[in-house]
Amino acid sequence: MSAPSPRAARPLLRLGIVALIAALVVAGFLLLMIRGSFSYSLGVRSTMLGAMIIAAFTQGVGTVIFHTITQNRILTPSIIGFDSMYTLMQTLMVFFFGGTVISNTEGIPKLLAQTLLMVIFATLLYRWLFSGKFGSLYLLLLVGVVIGMAFSSLSVFLQRLLSPTEFDLLSVKLFGRISAVNPEYLPLAFGICALIGLVIWRRRHRLDVLLLGRDAATAVGVNHRRELTIMLMLIAVMVSFSTALVGPMTFFGFIVATLAYQVTGSHRHQYVLPMAFLLGIITLAGGQFILQNIFYAGGFLTVIIEFVGGILFLVLLLRKGTP
Amino acid sequence: MFRLRRTVVLPLLIALTVALIITSLLVGGYDITLANLFTDPDAREMFFISRIPRTLALIFAAVAMSVCGVIMQAITQNKFVEPTTVGSSQWAGLGILVMLILAPNAAPMPRMIVASVFAFIGTMLFMFVLRRIPLRSSMVVPLVGIMLGAVVGAITTFIAGQFNLLQSMSSWASGGFSGIVRGFYEPLWATVIVAILAFFLANRFTVAGLGRDLATNIGLNYERTVLIGILMVALATGVTSVVVGFIPFLGLVVPNIVSMLLGDDLRRNLPWVAVVGICFLLACDLIGRVIVAPMEIPASVILGFIGAAVFIGLVLRQQRRVGA
Repeated sequence: MSAPSPRAARPLLRLGIVALIAALVVAGFLLLMIRGSFSYSLGVRSTMLGAMIIAAFTQGVGTVIFHTITQNRILTPSIIGFDSMYTLMQTLMVFFFGGTVISNTEGIPKLLAQTLLMVIFATLLYRWLFSGKFGSLYLLLLVGVVIGMAFSSLSVFLQRLLSPTEFDLLSVKLFGRISAVNPEYLPLAFGICALIGLVIWRRRHRLDVLLLGRDAATAVGVNHRRELTIMLMLIAVMVSFSTALVGPMTFFGFIVATLAYQVTGSHRHQYVLPMAFLLGIITLAGGQFILQNIFYAGGFLTVIIEFVGGILFLVLLLRKGTP
Repeated sequence: MFRLRRTVVLPLLIALTVALIITSLLVGGYDITLANLFTDPDAREMFFISRIPRTLALIFAAVAMSVCGVIMQAITQNKFVEPTTVGSSQWAGLGILVMLILAPNAAPMPRMIVASVFAFIGTMLFMFVLRRIPLRSSMVVPLVGIMLGAVVGAITTFIAGQFNLLQSMSSWASGGFSGIVRGFYEPLWATVIVAILAFFLANRFTVAGLGRDLATNIGLNYERTVLIGILMVALATGVTSVVVGFIPFLGLVVPNIVSMLLGDDLRRNLPWVAVVGICFLLACDLIGRVIVAPMEIPASVILGFIGAAVFIGLVLRQQRRVGA
């Protein structure tokens, strides 16, 4: 890279400051306020931190990309039902193949099969939604939200048809929680996230172009439809991992992406994407630390994120109401 | 075409409803038939303790939620609005939680009052937010409502978790009609009053829906009419929530189906809204009762899925019509 111009230096500087804050928060989360055995506590917290990093990456990066390819800053994968689709897929697997599927095929083949299923369905459904036949963004959003509701009702319906043992197996495996993560998944999740990160990083300039819209992107030689499909597939993978590890979080990606746009001071993905990731880590680790040690309510981070995110979403939606 | 609908569809509808009511009375774990109802005293006792209350509760709840949908849609002039898509039901849930914490042994009556008050606050909040939406796009309105509901739901979950009441709340929300016995459903009679009142006030709600200026010009006290409408919705939602939990989308699907069949005359449609609502909820409840017998799937779950599907269909249909 050539010598940074003053304009480009600013986002970089901001990125540096946020990275520093993130490092401090992570260190504080890992090391401060430990009661009892140090090594035990550190082990538990590192696992949690691992899950947080995955969640911050998948939700933060996934949402920013989603905003780019759909050219809006309101819709997010979780809000329009990716999470509920994941739940539905999991439930369908148990429903058709029995609870033994979940306990027998532990590990990589199962995770890959699930992810593949999710990717196929999500890509088909959402490519249809974004094919441009819906006139307004709000219509798209409304249909997405309601599709999500339909998916969750269908999941509950199918779960009720399962035998109690199958249901137990499913509910144990279905959703992780930040405070109770299965550490076995982490290495694989890290590997896949790194891979996805690499793919996206190589395409960061194309993503910048996609921001200009379908016509402009096509004009400068980017295959819009192909990029859309690739990105939707990556997003589907990321959402599956995030939901499997830390459970569904409707508004987390939305908060992080919205903050990232405000803080970065640039539209370019090489700054916005890392910023969303770092802000995600700060939100999760900082929030969890505060909740755990000040309010003694460690399990409620996601609920609070939903609450704050929901209000932020409403405010933005109402402000956007002016055409 | 129109006359055909009126002469063929409506009698069919009534026949279907009667059939569903009879089926609902006869289906269940305890073997009750029309014959042993007269011969077997045990069967008769079960019939009056469980079957009749359950079926009546279903009928009342269906009427309440469908009529709520009609009122709200008239006031807001938006086809996609009903208690669960504007947050009224979620607020009622918060009210129920508050009562669980403050007065766990309260009688049904105070719980219903509190739930109704919360539903009222929630609906007023929605109307307040609605007035601030600069662009009253028909799509933004339900979106805002759903999100308001989600925020209130998150608050409820958080508080319930703090007080270890998550399980009671989730069993309440999907409670459905399985636990309805004699002595528990009677407050639902209040919803009949709301329905009758709605019939007499129907034209006023229609006028109010035209907007404050126009309504005032015609000589309607706009603010008062809207307030009465919201009070009625809050009362019906609060009472229904306490007795049977969430009934998603019913108030949205039913009025829309009826106005597709019969046009937009609110008052003439209301009885049919009630009939279609009863039909719909009874069918969902019966599916839930039969499919995993002797266990049950709450009607709200089935309704949630079917309702969401119909909702999407309606939205797309309107879009196509506007686009054309």
